[in-house]
Amino acid sequence: MADEVGLVNDEAVVPIRSDGDIVTARQEGRALASLLGFSSTEATLIATAISELARNIVLYAKRGEIVLALVEDHGRRGIVVTARDEGPGIVDVRKALMDGHSTSGGLGLGLPGVRRLMDDFEIVSQIGKGTTVTVKRWKQGAGPV
Amino acid sequence: MADTRTTRSVIAPLALESTTALLRELVAHLRENRTQLREEWARRITEAKLLTAMTPEEVFAEATAVYDNYLEALETGSIEALETYARNLSERIIPRGVETHEVVGIVLLLRDVLARSLFGKYPADFSRVLDAYEPAANRIANTVAVGFVQERERIIRQQQEAIRELSTPVLPVRERLLILPIIGIIDPQRARQLTEQLLRGIRINRAKVVVMDITGVPAMDATVANHLVQTVEASRLLGATVIVTGLSPEIAQTLVNIGVDLGKMNTVGDLQGGIEEAERLQGYKVVPITMEPA
Amino acid sequence: MPVPILKQRDYLIATIQAALTDDDLKKLRDALVAQVGEFRSRGVIVDVTTLDVMDSFAARTLRDLSHMSRLRGAETVIVGIQPEVAFAMVQLGLTLEGVPAALDLEEGLAYLDRKTKRKTAAK
Ligand SMILES: Nc1ncnc2c1ncn2[C@@H]1O[C@H](COP(=O)(O)OP(=O)(O)OP(=O)(O)O)[C@@H](O)[C@H]1O
Ligand SMILES: [Mg+2]
Repeated sequence: MADEVGLVNDEAVVPIRSDGDIVTARQEGRALASLLGFSSTEATLIATAISELARNIVLYAKRGEIVLALVEDHGRRGIVVTARDEGPGIVDVRKALMDGHSTSGGLGLGLPGVRRLMDDFEIVSQIGKGTTVTVKRWKQGAGPV
Repeated sequence: MADTRTTRSVIAPLALESTTALLRELVAHLRENRTQLREEWARRITEAKLLTAMTPEEVFAEATAVYDNYLEALETGSIEALETYARNLSERIIPRGVETHEVVGIVLLLRDVLARSLFGKYPADFSRVLDAYEPAANRIANTVAVGFVQERERIIRQQQEAIRELSTPVLPVRERLLILPIIGIIDPQRARQLTEQLLRGIRINRAKVVVMDITGVPAMDATVANHLVQTVEASRLLGATVIVTGLSPEIAQTLVNIGVDLGKMNTVGDLQGGIEEAERLQGYKVVPITMEPA
Repeated sequence: MPVPILKQRDYLIATIQAALTDDDLKKLRDALVAQVGEFRSRGVIVDVTTLDVMDSFAARTLRDLSHMSRLRGAETVIVGIQPEVAFAMVQLGLTLEGVPAALDLEEGLAYLDRKTKRKTAAK
């Protein structure tokens, strides 16, 4: 399924349509993280976050995409993961970010967990329009100069 | 060269005009009087109680090298050789405990010893000698001091790095038992390093039990306390039980505040008790040693 | 990609792969629970040594497997969780509480032996 991954402007776009794509997305994420010099522990944290975001797309929006890219800011480098869908949106974002809140009988740890795994976390969701979650993780020891 | 002592007292007129030429003449004088001035300098170093960490022979050897490098820098105006020497010198003497003020002190003393000798030789041209000598001498003192401080900073950085690694030793005490004594303040970065090191240690040593002793940890904020709990949980996922010892009442309170059920944590008062508990968990029998015959 | 299930003595052993999809994992859970009943197994070992990521879905499925097999008389132990994976799991909030874990297959077998012997002795 690797051939479905397109590279546009140094971005890797992984379409998410089935649970097989979740595996592809996290493998791509790990590969990019390693390429950027993240340690294998950090790459695992990133891959785990991608897995959660991709699964939410499959589960709640049926389809969407995960975009992986390099991000630079004031001399520090990192990886940015954008999970985008045009699904039903989240009714109560505040609640969705709390540990244990799930509308599907899940553990409700996906979104709050991703927030803990990554450095920056942003979520935009509109009912009927869709959800976009953007998360970043910066390389350690490379703080702003 | 046999009779330097007699020429020293001769008051010579200064023939040459340019600063470079003047400097060259001054350097020639200082070279001629090398033995005597070097001794004078070494004596003043001892008097000022500088470089006490070094033997008189070592001080004399370094003094000789500094003296020659100093003259060369004065003569050529190039401080490159002196810079290299200053770095080497710093590298050698910093581990001996020589302080920045001592290095600055000896260079200033040398400047002073040489200046006195020059003024003695050219009393009539006092201000011209000063103009030629002083800027060059100051530049040299500066170079040596900066070189020393830079080297010192580099060494300190290196040591901090090493201490960071050393301060979380994972000690395999006996088969499948690890002891992790944590000392000092834990910040989130150190907490993360510690967890990674421990988890790897568990796998490598096939540890079943880990005694994490935090007697040496004075305080812990909620973030770090959370990390501690995560470390315990992650160790369990690798099949190892963590026993926490030396939990201070303050840290216990922090753990309760962040919602940790202390009943679920394996805590034992002190390290010794922790090791005994570990051995019990591993199925060893702990036989108390009685000092007096029963 | 279905996961093969090995039968060894009273135990069932499943070794899962890195590229395991949710669907594969659900199928494995169901197959293991079914076989516990079929073979009257006393223990289940799930070896996750090569699993690169354990996310909330995988953790939940393994927890469910553990609970369901326990109801059918078999103890489940998860073996081979990698240090990095464990680190990511606890940060995510996944502690697999109530599910036994062991270092590797050998340890998992030793754990089950101890567990089942104790149970037999208690009877
Ligand atoms: N992309 C999305 N579109 C619509 N709703 C979403 C989306 N992502 C999350 N949600 C909503 O937010 C809730 C919380 O998501 P979260 O991932 O934290 O938990 P979960 O998916 O329910 O369980 P877990 O991820 O632990 O298996 C979900 O139950 C769902 O209602
Ligand atoms: Mg989820």
